[in-house]
Amino acid sequence: MFAFVIRRIIQSLFVILVIGFIGFAIKHQIGDPVRDLVGISVSKAERDALREELGLNDPFMSQYVRFMKNAVRGDLGMSFFYKKPTLKVIVKKAPATLELVFVSSLIIIFLSIPAGVYAAIRPRSWLTRFIMGASIVGVSIPVFLTAILLIYVFSVELGWLPSYGRGATVSLWGWETGLLTIDGWKHLILPSIALSSIMLPLFIRLIRSEMMEVLQSEYVKYAWAKGLAPRRVYFVHAFKNTLLPVITVGGVQLGILIAYTILTETVFQWQGMGFMFLEAVERSDTTLLVAYMMVVGVVFVAVNTMVDIIYGLVNPTVRIAGRK
Amino acid sequence: MDHLLEIQNLEVKFRLRSGEVTAINDVSFFLDQGERVGLVGESGAGKSVTGFAIIKLISKPGFISGGKVLFEGRDIAGLSIEEVRNIRGNRISMIFQDPMMTLNPVLSIGTQMTETILAHKNVSKAEAQAIALDKLKKVHIPSPEKRLDQYPHEFSGGMRQRIVIAIALLTDPAVIIADEPTTALDVTIQAEIMDLLSELCESEKMALILITHDLGVVSQVTDRIIVMYAGRIVEQGLTRDVVSNPRHPYTKGLIAALPESQQRGKALSQIPGTMPSLTDMPQGCSFHPRCELVMPICKEKVPELIELDNKNALVACHALAKGGAS
Ligand SMILES: Nc1ncnc2c1ncn2[C@@H]1O[C@H](COP(=O)(O)OP(=O)(O)O)[C@@H](O)[C@H]1O
Ligand code: SF4
Ligand SMILES: [Mg+2]
Repeated sequence: MFAFVIRRIIQSLFVILVIGFIGFAIKHQIGDPVRDLVGISVSKAERDALREELGLNDPFMSQYVRFMKNAVRGDLGMSFFYKKPTLKVIVKKAPATLELVFVSSLIIIFLSIPAGVYAAIRPRSWLTRFIMGASIVGVSIPVFLTAILLIYVFSVELGWLPSYGRGATVSLWGWETGLLTIDGWKHLILPSIALSSIMLPLFIRLIRSEMMEVLQSEYVKYAWAKGLAPRRVYFVHAFKNTLLPVITVGGVQLGILIAYTILTETVFQWQGMGFMFLEAVERSDTTLLVAYMMVVGVVFVAVNTMVDIIYGLVNPTVRIAGRK
Repeated sequence: MDHLLEIQNLEVKFRLRSGEVTAINDVSFFLDQGERVGLVGESGAGKSVTGFAIIKLISKPGFISGGKVLFEGRDIAGLSIEEVRNIRGNRISMIFQDPMMTLNPVLSIGTQMTETILAHKNVSKAEAQAIALDKLKKVHIPSPEKRLDQYPHEFSGGMRQRIVIAIALLTDPAVIIADEPTTALDVTIQAEIMDLLSELCESEKMALILITHDLGVVSQVTDRIIVMYAGRIVEQGLTRDVVSNPRHPYTKGLIAALPESQQRGKALSQIPGTMPSLTDMPQGCSFHPRCELVMPICKEKVPELIELDNKNALVACHALAKGGAS
């Protein structure tokens, strides 16, 4: 197991290097650090002097190495708009996004498991038909449309829930959290439902199809032949094996949720990284865009690595192969 | 005398899109305490379905559509699922074909053993573990104490089948149904596992239903043989009688195809043709398209199972009915 973890971590470091390379290439191609520093009202000669001084005329590779060195030290450049280090800007926005993704993931996990398992065990019941029908509708509606519908129904028509912003937040060791106030939770409900609306149906369908396949297996038939109670057959013998593929696919999907936050945060004016990203696009804040890409990339890799390690813990074949 | 297990006119159907098909037709046989009976026939004959029907474990779209499975005074086919659960894995244990697939890959051997005991006996976990250890010893697993925490992939195919046999022994069942228990194993260990199983049946006084397509294996292990073809019993008798003097043309063909009956230099003797599919059953005797002795009546009327020389020898064939009992 230990060797397995080390191997995974080395792989992720490599992936991060590649992400850094892509990020740097983008910045190199379309970014203009001189403009970011001095604006456009400076003469050409002065600009050229500044270019030389900043090392922008150095070979591509040596600039890349410098970029990565700085990145490792947490320096991802200055934001043109905020006039602050990009990492500071992102870190300030991160709690909003992470809390949104966290609550959405909880919704997805706690709804998809019972729904998917039930739909697999009782494939013919009317409730299963309803779940499967609803999930088809769910995947086919785009996130922003779901978001607008939710706002229309619950904020505009019923007036039950707020339609934008994070509401009251509390600072906890510098982390602005909305999870500790009732107002914060009220503001979280609609965005997190909207964000989970794409993945939830996918997860239900994934869990159901994996579980149905496992239920056909010889070892499940054998479990029945041993005279075990249905609960044990379904939840110990079948579900544990269903979990393995679901963890792999599901982990990646939860990572992709971060990408969907851009849409959700925009509709709900949610002051997180996704909202910041779209603003940065409008302001051509290339450094901030690349920094966002790098941070999200690293988070994504970290999530996947964690998922793989959890997979290893559940699957004895991996766990024990490493033990030897 | 009452039999330990008596199957009467068993019928199993599958509900397919094209309609219902009958996989098991009018199958009747019995099993006495400690007796060993072989269920033989080519692949698709209905042996496995018969075996699973005994513990009422026919997976959808199949169902038992008729007949009785009398066991210890009760008809299993008519019991509720909770009542059947008390018999499955408890009084009647099953051994499946491929030990690579039967053990759950994510559960330890110990878990898979103790759960079976705990499902049927009112004992503590520690007691269950002690029973599991004892049975692992009986199947000659080396250093069993270390094995309980291990997972199936840490064992070879032969070792896994020993574990499956140990699981079958856990509750001291009256009957073991072994469905092709050595077919998936390496040829070099097949005999070893078969010997172990038959020794254990003897020492633990368990009755055995041995399901296999291999007449050779059955003839070494069993007391009686039941030959199945296309969902029906075509011949039944004491093993030594059937092997030395097969009566039904199908049984004759099976015996002639055994490696030990083949003559050097001669072409391999095989029954021509294949078993018909359930959706395409021939009229009358379902063996008639492959039978050398076929007569006009064979294509119209299903031959009945009749007694020949003694009440232990039954055969279903028009050609034999004429000469024998009239
Ligand atoms: N789940 C199923 N659905 C449809 N037909 C089945 C199913 N299981 C078995 N059968 C059919 O029942 C017949 C008997 O199968 P089986 O008992 O497995 O044969 P075998 O003698 O090789 O063990 C075969 O024709 C097979 O196609
Ligand atoms: S009944 Fe006819 S077809 Fe069937 S085995 Fe006997 S002789 Fe052959
Ligand atoms: Mg079979």
